[in-house]
Amino acid sequence: MPTPPPIVIERLVKTYKTVRAVDGISFTLRPGSITALLGGNGAGKTTTIATIMGLVTPTSGRVTVLGAEMPQQRYRVLHRMNFESPYVEVPMRLTVRQNMKVFGDLYCVDDLPARIEQLGRELDLTDLLDRPTGKLSSGQKTRVSLAKALINNPDVLLLDEPTASLDPDTADWVRGHLERYCRERQATVLLASHNMAEVERLCERVIIMKRGRIEDDDTPAKLLARYGRRTLEEVFLDIVRGSGVESAAAQ
Amino acid sequence: MIAQDMAFSPRRVGAMMLRYWYLLRSSWPRLLDLVYWPTVQMLTWGFLQYYIANNAGFFARAGGTFIGAVLLWDILFRGQLGFSMSFLEEMWSRNIGNLMMSPLRPLEFVVALMVMSVVRLSIGAVPVTFLAIAFFGFNLYALGLALVAFFFNLMLTAWAVGILVCGLILRNGMGAENFAWSIMFLFMPLTCVYYPVTTLPVWLQPISWALPPTYVFEGMRELLIHKVFRGDLMLDALALNALFLAAGIIGFLALLRSARRNGSLIQTGE
Repeated sequence: MPTPPPIVIERLVKTYKTVRAVDGISFTLRPGSITALLGGNGAGKTTTIATIMGLVTPTSGRVTVLGAEMPQQRYRVLHRMNFESPYVEVPMRLTVRQNMKVFGDLYCVDDLPARIEQLGRELDLTDLLDRPTGKLSSGQKTRVSLAKALINNPDVLLLDEPTASLDPDTADWVRGHLERYCRERQATVLLASHNMAEVERLCERVIIMKRGRIEDDDTPAKLLARYGRRTLEEVFLDIVRGSGVESAAAQ
Repeated sequence: MIAQDMAFSPRRVGAMMLRYWYLLRSSWPRLLDLVYWPTVQMLTWGFLQYYIANNAGFFARAGGTFIGAVLLWDILFRGQLGFSMSFLEEMWSRNIGNLMMSPLRPLEFVVALMVMSVVRLSIGAVPVTFLAIAFFGFNLYALGLALVAFFFNLMLTAWAVGILVCGLILRNGMGAENFAWSIMFLFMPLTCVYYPVTTLPVWLQPISWALPPTYVFEGMRELLIHKVFRGDLMLDALALNALFLAAGIIGFLALLRSARRNGSLIQTGE
């Protein structure tokens, strides 16, 4: 039996009362890929990611993750997924180790103490494991959130602004870790970010959304060529402001 | 409800209990808060009863009904509050998204909240019961097996209401937080905590008898005043509690589904 694609979205529509947050988008991610989901505020990125996680029920269309339909069959696959987002936090009063223990148990991780030690080493958290999470710096907290996102060795990882509020050095270090993890684990990553340099470095594919629709979807190199731009940031601005669509269509 | 919603992992329940235990352990104000109000309540009503008992023949015979009512009321109120507070901790700490996107099932979450409500109640109420012995010579434990029946029935009601309140908060955001604090006070006049059901207007009495705690408070008065344990009242309360609990769980799951449709789970603010 062939392995199902990690994420398949077919004609997804999500309407909140009178607002159409996502308007008939479709895409499929291949295993082991890192894909960026870009768009301005209100473009529908968060709703799309929340639908993939099973937090939001589609108005119409289908979302399947690792072969399970979301949100109806979410419990078949939630133990193989994880996420990181600035909109949620790990409990601040608990120490890093306590948080890792709680989330490790929630995901029923085997040999949890060893996994916590391993993540501590890999994410440079060993000296912080017994400190309250709320007492850590912003960058350290982001590394804790990443450790929580990786605690179950997920096959599908959804990241919303994973390097927001990090200094350039730590952000670069986090990107390196994500690259290694995906390569070694063959994990599929969907990344929402406003950091175009990060997207260019990490992602083999970029999906750009605007007003709930997919405006463009290609590799970074092809997008640069199509819009005649030197950076993804310029491409992003062209699309969001609508100035580059005609020229890209002409090409 | 889908079968996968009902799958049950004791390890995940244990994880949630551990999370709340770590939280309680890390904060002495939280622990103090558990004991503070029950103590104040018990002392206030205990002294009032002490005063009335020395001035009225009936109350002299009805020794302990006020203190008993206060302690049982606290089981009901603190049981629901303990359940809802653990849930609210997730909203306050912005952790609810992590839980909703984890493999934690609603039933496992609810069971963990139930156990923690008993833990929180024990931390708060047990010391107060000993204070009641010391100050007023009222020994709640002398009720024996009747106390077990009272406690069990009150906790079932507390959980049923707590589950529904959590569903309302999930669906409507923190704007519904006040329900957690206030909803049980609607039960106070209707369940006749401090007076018999016959005190209510006739038209209100059927409503009172539709609420399980009414049977417990009537049963307590029967026991303390007439020295009779009314098992029939406890069975009636149990049957009503089964309905309340089923309604609470069905309501919670319906509100959770509605929250998924409305996107409330990604907008858990006001």
